[in-house]
Amino acid sequence: MSDAALPSRQRVAFPPNWPARLSLIALAIYAVYASTILDISWERFAAGLGHGSRFIARMFPPNVAPDKLQLLYTGMVESLQIAIVATAIGVALSLPLGLAAARNLAPLPLAWAARALIVLFRTFHPLIVAILFVKAVGFGALAGMLALIVASLGFLSKLVAEAVEEMSMQQVEAVRATGSPFLSLVIMGVLPQVMARFIGFSAYQLDSNLRNSALVGLVGGGGIGSTLFTAFQRFDYDFVLTIVLAIIAVIMVGEVLSGWMRRLFQ
Amino acid sequence: MDASTRGNPVTGRSSDRSLVIRNLRKEYRAGAPVLKDVSLEIEGRGMTAIIGPSGTGKSTLVRCINRLVEPTAGEILFRGQDLVRLTGPELRRARRHIGMVFQEYNLVERLSVIENVLCGRLGYVPVWRTWLRRFPAGDVERAFQLLDAVGLGEFATQRADQLSGGQRQRVGIARALMQEPDLILADEPTSSLDPKTSVEIMELIARRAGERDIPVIVNIHNVELARRFADRIIGMSKGEVVFDGPPGALADSHLLQIYGGEGWLE
Repeated sequence: MSDAALPSRQRVAFPPNWPARLSLIALAIYAVYASTILDISWERFAAGLGHGSRFIARMFPPNVAPDKLQLLYTGMVESLQIAIVATAIGVALSLPLGLAAARNLAPLPLAWAARALIVLFRTFHPLIVAILFVKAVGFGALAGMLALIVASLGFLSKLVAEAVEEMSMQQVEAVRATGSPFLSLVIMGVLPQVMARFIGFSAYQLDSNLRNSALVGLVGGGGIGSTLFTAFQRFDYDFVLTIVLAIIAVIMVGEVLSGWMRRLFQ
Repeated sequence: MDASTRGNPVTGRSSDRSLVIRNLRKEYRAGAPVLKDVSLEIEGRGMTAIIGPSGTGKSTLVRCINRLVEPTAGEILFRGQDLVRLTGPELRRARRHIGMVFQEYNLVERLSVIENVLCGRLGYVPVWRTWLRRFPAGDVERAFQLLDAVGLGEFATQRADQLSGGQRQRVGIARALMQEPDLILADEPTSSLDPKTSVEIMELIARRAGERDIPVIVNIHNVELARRFADRIIGMSKGEVVFDGPPGALADSHLLQIYGGEGWLE
């Protein structure tokens, strides 16, 4: 008898995956249960839509009074300064930290210590770090800047370490064989291999710091976020809209700039 | 302490370029030696070819000499020092005197050709000069001369990844010569190249090292090339030296002993 004569129901092309099915069913049941506990109801949602529309109506037209624009300008300049200084310091510090965390270059105890530090930096959202710094150094731009430096270090160092661990060790080996001191080995054998990617990451981080610099102000870290928070407190919703539009404009310009920077250095 | 003050303890001659290997053993896994107590004396001139099947320890032997691979036991005497015992700065100083040519060329791909050649001076140039690319004028001049000598004068400022395999290997040779070494190690320098280019590369190594009186240890699996260019052939099998003599003395019976089997000889 040939294989073709076998009854087809003995050969299953797509066997049922019972663990996956059961997990999905359990997830659906839990989602329904959690929503009942959290007092999520249609009435509250419907009422919220009404509040929302009144809130939006009070935003128009955006407030462009000269004194408000002056406040906007001061806050925005401070935010840009926070973002740019934090990116510059973060970029400068992340290179040594990232190299120290690369297990193919640094001695293992150092690499693990550096990795632990990076994990610590990445554990908390910049907003929580900003709250800690506001408590430590007081309200203002310094707290916001320190928070963004920590965020930049966490992100950039991790990516530098990963890029270094993926590089070609053959190229490094050849430089090592010439009797090069360690720092020259890094300069001629390691950096050329990771620099293009590092500049790409840095441009992305500048972009991200621009967005987060508005955020840290909400908890007292200075900049446009502080201006926005004050406007909310005073129910100046028309000024809130002006600020939001300005933030959107700055972030779009930032995105274009960082994309242009990445292309320039590729 | 260098050779001129202490002399070579084995040959009794001072300030020469000979190499003495005594009972060199390498185990990647304990109890499974890749090199089984190899002892060799290599004169300070001419080309010595090491032949043998893959996985027989040729590459390990060559890489133990400049400590890209850590020997398990034994001595390697060169310029009055036991290379096996050196650490840190002493090891780097010793490596400056040993040039190396690699199977995969191992150029830093994102550096220019001339930067790759100048890598041969990293053991001598201070780190800050390397960082700013302010190499001493004499070094730069000599790098250009070496590029001319390997026929790549016009490619100096091109990026290394734009070159063909044969051209890359020429840069690798120029980098090794740039060290002004007392010994050149070549680890399968032709295995990634076509037959015609292989001959050209071997000719180039033999001529440029010969005119500078630099001894060359080349590990090569092409027996014909070894016969043609080497002054001495060392046959290895299973981690041991099984033939040692001039090319003329290498008979089919030796090849049979080195490589085993018979069919391939016909």
